[in-house]
Amino acid sequence: MPRMTMIEAIRDAHVVAMERDGKVVVYGEDVGYFGGVFRCTQGLQERFGKERCFDSPINEAGIVGTAIGMAAYGLRPCVEIQFADYVYPAYDQIVSEAARIRHRSAGDFTCPITIRMPTGGGIFGGQTHSQSPEALFTHVSGLKVVVPSNPHDAKGLLIAAIEDDNPVVFLEPKRLYNGPFDGHHDRPVTPWAKHPLGEVPAGHYTVPLGRAVVRREGAAVTVLAYGTMVYVAEAAAQASGIDAEVIDLRTLHPLDLDTIVASVKKTGRCVVVHEATLTSGFGAELAALVQEHCFYHLEAPVRRIAGWDTPYPHAQEWTYFPGPARLAAALVEVMEG
Amino acid sequence: MADSVPLRLNVPEPEVRPGGKPDFSNVSIPRAGTVDRPPVDVAPEDIREMAWSIIRVLNRKGEAVGPWAGTLTPEETLSGLRDMMRVRAFDKRMLMAQRQGKTSFYMQCLGEEAIACAFRKAMEHGDMNFPTYRQQGLLIAGGYPMVEMMNQIYSNTKDPIKGRQLPVMYSSKAHGFFTISGNLATQFVQAVGWAMASAISRDTRIAAAWIGDGSTAESDFHAGLVFASTYKAPVVLNIVNNQWAISTFQGIARGGSGTFAARGHGFGIPSLRVDGNDYLAVHAVAKWAIERARRNLGPVLVEYVTYRAAAHSTSDDPSAYRPKEESDAWPLGDPVERLKNHLIAIGAWSPERHAQAEAEIDAEVLAAQKQAEANGTLHSGPKASPRDIFEDVYDVMPPNLRRQRQEAGY
Repeated sequence: MPRMTMIEAIRDAHVVAMERDGKVVVYGEDVGYFGGVFRCTQGLQERFGKERCFDSPINEAGIVGTAIGMAAYGLRPCVEIQFADYVYPAYDQIVSEAARIRHRSAGDFTCPITIRMPTGGGIFGGQTHSQSPEALFTHVSGLKVVVPSNPHDAKGLLIAAIEDDNPVVFLEPKRLYNGPFDGHHDRPVTPWAKHPLGEVPAGHYTVPLGRAVVRREGAAVTVLAYGTMVYVAEAAAQASGIDAEVIDLRTLHPLDLDTIVASVKKTGRCVVVHEATLTSGFGAELAALVQEHCFYHLEAPVRRIAGWDTPYPHAQEWTYFPGPARLAAALVEVMEG
Repeated sequence: MADSVPLRLNVPEPEVRPGGKPDFSNVSIPRAGTVDRPPVDVAPEDIREMAWSIIRVLNRKGEAVGPWAGTLTPEETLSGLRDMMRVRAFDKRMLMAQRQGKTSFYMQCLGEEAIACAFRKAMEHGDMNFPTYRQQGLLIAGGYPMVEMMNQIYSNTKDPIKGRQLPVMYSSKAHGFFTISGNLATQFVQAVGWAMASAISRDTRIAAAWIGDGSTAESDFHAGLVFASTYKAPVVLNIVNNQWAISTFQGIARGGSGTFAARGHGFGIPSLRVDGNDYLAVHAVAKWAIERARRNLGPVLVEYVTYRAAAHSTSDDPSAYRPKEESDAWPLGDPVERLKNHLIAIGAWSPERHAQAEAEIDAEVLAAQKQAEANGTLHSGPKASPRDIFEDVYDVMPPNLRRQRQEAGY
């Protein structure tokens, strides 16, 4: 089976989706001729022509607004926002329009668009290239929100997102583009070529939206993670020696509550981890759901580990980043509590 | 510098406020028939002055004059008059229904009927409008049943959008009418995207974007212009300048640019200005713009100069910010009266037949209203199902919504 980086897997997903369906069009800033600043759309313009993959003006509201119009026409646009940090000018189009068009028109019009954006930090991107704004989208009825954690899932989830008849916000953890980063920034990164999830089947397949997966089975405590934090959780389990069960949520909305509840009922403990800021983060929703559905199985309070409630810093990036040491300490605390 | 005077902020003001005498002497209005009609493939730079003029066909005597005249037969013109009369009668009835407590809200287009009604007649089946809340004329002139519109206004059991939206936020894909948002300007750039999709698909259909003078200040307006300009999208970009954005006069959004049409110049988009109260001029300009778009010659920007004769909505009282007599002083007159006078002048109509048509149309609207009210109104009779709010959030209801629907008792 071919081994790919997450960038190559995302590129391959585009190729598969565009070959299967002539209605799939791809555009965004630097996306056409150059193939995107992270090269996720490299080669698409050459392969599919300028009318199906092209550069757009630097105008996120325009990118998403035109995509909504194209979807109303009957196309299936997959657009790139260069960094999740730049999505805010498009927020009105996403929240007030894309998310509600099906509902407000009672299905007369629909909005099958995919909005891709690199998310998360750990690349010395400072506050404008590091944010994790997923909670701003999970809060909006009508959107699906996806965060892949590896090349295999990234390809399958992206094809599923493009084929989905709802608007999908697709957040790509940029620190995972080239390898399964576990938060040990002082160690060499393992390339995807040496990781089993770097094996990406050729051709068409999907990873269904709304289904989590257990990445590491364990009996002591459930760690709910997504994106980069999946590997941080695995590293923390190893470092602490605690038999943690690590769940990779993959899709934040719709959420696979059944997998979460089954695991927490088994372990009796739960730690939620994300890179986004703590307050009103998606972890708050997860913690609330766990206590609503598993309260009588819990042996300790649900613990949240997240980015601090500050802007994402530049020089102090690793102070902000919720790395394996912080998570391991939380695991120990939850086990002792 | 020591001798410089302190800076001062410029806050534009309208000519008059309540209590003052209406004054439109600053609105420069060319005589009907005096503006050239260029070929549809004209270079934008060769018609720049059109963004500062006003294309007019009907003169004071009710004659259709000049190079923009003659796009409609007398029969078609008469049909246009009836469309506008229907819109006006519909608005009157629905305004009354709101005052009677049968719905929560209503928005008239009094004085602006010509724009949507005439534009619709220049479109072809399959073309798509991305309207604002004041283009009910697109639906009525397009033959969409009035009873369906009323069902929506009443949020009743037959409401096509199931009681989910404020009154007048219609949606009809089949009638080329994109679902109205209620947020301003968002639809403008979506229309450009629809048009881009038509071009990508090698289709022949075009899109029409709609926006008001006030909302041209939104970023989405400028996003629409840059995308339309870059990709030469087959779209007609319509700005309805009715002088007032709720209480804010058009000078606040227009700033220093002189006219709204002139906004198109920086984007290389041909930009026309037309008398929005002249049904024949609107139709001729719409036809020109639509043909240009359909011939893959790119977008056209059109500013319709008109006047919002009524309140912004049923929640608004214009006497608080503009003179009550201002509407009567508006120099471009009333679109229904002007077209009626034209038809009489050419011998195709008479005051008696007009009065008779008014009575017929009133009866038609009343019959539609009775039919709609049999399906319920917002506060009485049968209602849209509460269960329906959980449907259509997604194509397939996700587990969280299923749980919440059960919790709500449906």
